[in-house]
This record gives sequence, structure tokens and C-alpha cells, in this order.
Amino acid sequence: MAVQFSEEKLNKVKEIIARYPEGKQKSALIPVLHLAQESFGGWLSAETMDYVASLLQIDPIEVYEVATFYSMYNLKPVGKYLFEVCHTGPCMVSGSDNIIEYIKERLGINVGETTADGLFTLKTVECLGACGYAPMMQLGKFYKEHLTKARVDEIIAECRAKAN
Amino acid sequence: MGRKLLLDKAHIEGIRYYDVYRKNGGYAAAEKALKSMSPDLVTEEVKKSGLRGRGGAGFPTGLKWSFLAKPEGVPRYLVCNADESEPGTFKDRYLMEFIPHLLIEGLLISSFALGANRTYIYIRGEYAWIPDILEEAIAEAHKNGWLGKNIQGTGFDLDIYVQRGAGAYICGEETALIESLEGKRGNPRIKPPFPAVKGLWQCPTVVNNVETLAAVVPIINIGGDEYAKYGTGKSTGTKLISACGNLNKPGVYEIDMSISVEEFIYSDEYCGGIPNGKRLKACIPGGSSVPILPANLLLKTAKGEQRMMTYESLNDGGFATGSMMGSGGFIVLDEDQCVVRHTMSLARFYHHESCGQCSPCREGTGWMKKVLLNIENGKGKESDIDLLWDIQRRIEGNTICPLGDAAAWPVAAAIRHFRDEFEWHVRHPEEAVKRNFGLAHYADPLPVAAPAAAV
Repeated sequence: MAVQFSEEKLNKVKEIIARYPEGKQKSALIPVLHLAQESFGGWLSAETMDYVASLLQIDPIEVYEVATFYSMYNLKPVGKYLFEVCHTGPCMVSGSDNIIEYIKERLGINVGETTADGLFTLKTVECLGACGYAPMMQLGKFYKEHLTKARVDEIIAECRAKAN
Repeated sequence: MGRKLLLDKAHIEGIRYYDVYRKNGGYAAAEKALKSMSPDLVTEEVKKSGLRGRGGAGFPTGLKWSFLAKPEGVPRYLVCNADESEPGTFKDRYLMEFIPHLLIEGLLISSFALGANRTYIYIRGEYAWIPDILEEAIAEAHKNGWLGKNIQGTGFDLDIYVQRGAGAYICGEETALIESLEGKRGNPRIKPPFPAVKGLWQCPTVVNNVETLAAVVPIINIGGDEYAKYGTGKSTGTKLISACGNLNKPGVYEIDMSISVEEFIYSDEYCGGIPNGKRLKACIPGGSSVPILPANLLLKTAKGEQRMMTYESLNDGGFATGSMMGSGGFIVLDEDQCVVRHTMSLARFYHHESCGQCSPCREGTGWMKKVLLNIENGKGKESDIDLLWDIQRRIEGNTICPLGDAAAWPVAAAIRHFRDEFEWHVRHPEEAVKRNFGLAHYADPLPVAAPAAAV
């Protein structure tokens, strides 16, 4: 499948570029990479990055530099549902270690792995700014906060139901 | 009840939307500034208010504004720092989610004062749902004539755009943020030149935190002098504190900077004490980068005075016996928490977030993490404690940006105040992997030194 944004998304790219002064379209790189990751399977392949470079008329290396710097860009395929559980200090004192262990047990994978059915990937991440509502994880666009084992069970069941 | 200036209306239903915000006095400050004040007069009021940057550094905002270069024919930019990534800090998120028009109004007044016609809100990428809220507020402000061309017939033009980051703590540093906004890696720049002279696209730029810019609204509404009557001494106004860790009521609180740390932790108006009858062991009062204090030094200064929630009092005693207000990320640890493990998690954080430009930070943060992990896992040596001290000392002050210092300080403070807990770990490794050191003497009253005889 050739990497190509839909007409609607190309318009979105134009709208993003228009936020900056003339000739400063490189500033659109980070937002456009988000759009590309969402559009092309949740990760950035070399082909996707090259496509973004051509859209913004910059060198591919300028895209690789950025894509490898920021932690939200996935440089290899991930499961349909990416569990990004915070394990920094404030979450840790609120029990994030137990939550991570429980998710590992429930999904049968280690941190950094994807389930065999391709549904779930588990990652640990650094502080997401939800310290008062810990333990927590990011799931797609939103946060899941005040996690308990029961809540984790619910979230996994909701994801499975949606995938079917 | 403490007096509020930012969140006083946050509980009103629908305050997220323009009509409700306007009906409750919203955009009155913008109207006053744009229609009856000059840009310089707005800056003057901000100076008089004593407002200090709420992102962490505490630099006087009015003074920062006055440094902005104003060469003819060169655009100037205001950038709102909404990268909020300091562990323990989640106050800006609250403000943007619940009362977004307060930020938009603050941005409008501040852009007017600085002569900026294009303003960006740089928000951390993980807050992925908040740009929708902000963009909706921006669209409403546009529709009602508060943004766009010739705002309210005053001839002032302004557009505000929201830019999402993509996961990098370093982008909270203002020059890294600017690099990121230009579509590059978030590598901090060498200063000078400062952003006030050469910032975004090499143009004069002011970067201010969300809460700082929101505070401009009450300052214009009530006047700088009146604003300065809130708080204590040079800690004027109110401050948002995000409280977390082992507390009954974690969350975001707006405090008048005239209450004590003890009142903030234990009173029902604020955090409501520590759950399950546990005792307070330690606290990092201003975000993960500032020194951790044991309970006894947190509640009282080394001089035996009650410690207050102000910039000055939190810093009383310097780093030897004090800490900092920082970003207002207030992290509380109860008696069951292990300071070694907590410090390891922060070292891991800084290692992950180091941009890699400067060797002391890139290498040093990794070494600190490894050594701390060894101690935590019962594989530490007595000499590791001095080794950690040595590493942090070689990072501090030797890097382009303050991330190096921010990584060094938590380790330094943990060893300074909790050395016996580290020693216990390395001397009793088998026990240390099974249980925690506990409260020990960290909450015992400190001996108050007798006043030194006149020399």
C-alpha cells in the first residue's frame, strides 16, 4: 500500500502549514508526523517519513532526526491498543509497579512486547502529568486514571469488545 | 477560605464556554487593556504586581517582558509554554481543561503588551485531548471579535495557534521549546542570544508558562498594586499547587501564598492529611527537580520557624536545609516509601529525558540511574554513595541548559538528608530488598541551634 494521505488529511496538512509564516513550513513537521502516525497504522515507517519529507519539502534526514527524538513516535509496529503506563516517582508511590505487574500477567507479555493477536502493546513511560490521579496510563488520545486491578480488567475487556 | 484569583470561577457550570465565561466577567480585563491602556502601561501593571514566572524558575514576568527587543519591521512572538512535564506537576492541564478562556484572555492581553500578532501555545503531546478544548475556545473568541483582525475596533490583530509536542520533557526549557516549534529536535540553544533578542525564527520572543499568562487577567482586572497585596513579601498573588503522592485529597489547589506547609498538607480545605493514619516521611515541594526534604525540615526551617508556602520560606536555608517552590508540584511520601527507590525513579526519568547534547548530563544521568538501581536491588557498595555524590556534582553547572542541574539536585538532596537510608541499603542488602527503612528519625523534632554568640 503506497503511503498517501486522503484528500481530507491533505487539507488538514495545508491548514497546519498556514499557521506559520511563509517559508516556515518545517514547523509543521511534528503535527504532521502525529497525523501520519494516526493515519498509517500507529507507527512511522521509513516510507511514511519519506512521504512527510516530500510533503513539507524538507530532507528525509530532517524527519528522521525528529522522529527518533520524541518518545510518542513509534518506530516499529505496535498493537492496536497501546498501554502506556507511567512509572515515574509520584505514580510509583501510588502503586504503579503493581499495576504494571498485573497488566503483564493479564496480557501474558513483558514491557515492550505485543500480544500474539496483535491487539495489545505494553510500554512504561515517564511522567504524563496526571500525578494526582495515579496510577494511570495513556490509551490513545485519552488518559485512564485511578487505575486498580478491576479497572484494568474493564479496560482490557472494553478494548477486546471494540476490536471484535 | 483562601482567596482565589484564577480558579474562583472554575466551578461554574459551563465556564469552559465563551457565553458563560463572558457573563461571569470574562474578557473585562482584555477590554480594559485594549481600550483604555497602552502596551507599556499593561507591562507596568504586571511589574507592579510582582508576578513571578509560574513555570518553575520564578523570574519576574514584567522584567522578562521589558527585555523584549523591538527592532522596526521585525515580528515579535509570544509563546505559551504548556509543555508541563515536571513530575508532580499537573496544574496547567487543569487550568486549560476547565477554564480555557482565562488562558486565551491572558494571551490576548499579554500579546497586546508585547506587540505580538501571532502567538503559539506549545502543549505537551500527551495532553492530546486538550488542543481540541483550546481550539474550540479560540474559535469562540474569534467569533466574538476577541481574535483576528482589528480586535474590538482597536486596530490590534492577533491569531493564536495550538502546537502539540511529541513527548520530550526537555521542550519545557524555553529554547528547546522554540527549536521544537521550528520542527526540530528539542536541543536547548546556547545563551546568549536570549529568546528576547533571537527566539522563534530568530525573532524576539517571550516564552511564558500557562499559569503566568492566566494571572495577567486578574492583575489587569484589579490592578498590579492590589494583586501584590495577596501573598507574602516577594511571593505575591496566588499560586496553583498540584498535590500528589500519599495524600487524602490529591489535586490542584489555588493558594494565597500566606499559608503554612503544615496547613496545606493537613487541613481539610487542602490535602486533608495522609491516608490510613500514616505519618509524613518526606516531601518534594516544587516538582521533582527541587530538593527533597525530610518531614522535620519540611514543616519547620532549620531556625525552627514554621515553613510557609512561599518562594522565600520554601527556599529558607538554601539547599543545605531548604528547597524551592519550583513549579508547585508537591509530592508527598509517607512512612512506607523508600527514598532510594523514589530517587532511582527520578534518576531514570532524567536519563530518559536528557537530550544528549552535553556529555555530563547524557552520561551522568545514566550512571546515576545504574548506581541507584544497584543499591535498590541489593547490589550496592558503600563507595557507591560517594560515587553518586561525585557524579551529581560533576553534572551540576556543566551543561547548556538546567536539565543537568535538575537531574543532579534530587540525587544530591536525597543523599544529603537520607544518607543513613542509603547506608542501610548497602549494609543490609538482603533485608533492604524485602522491607523499607521506614520513617526512622525523619520526623523527629530538630534541635534548634542556640543563637550564635556575637562574634
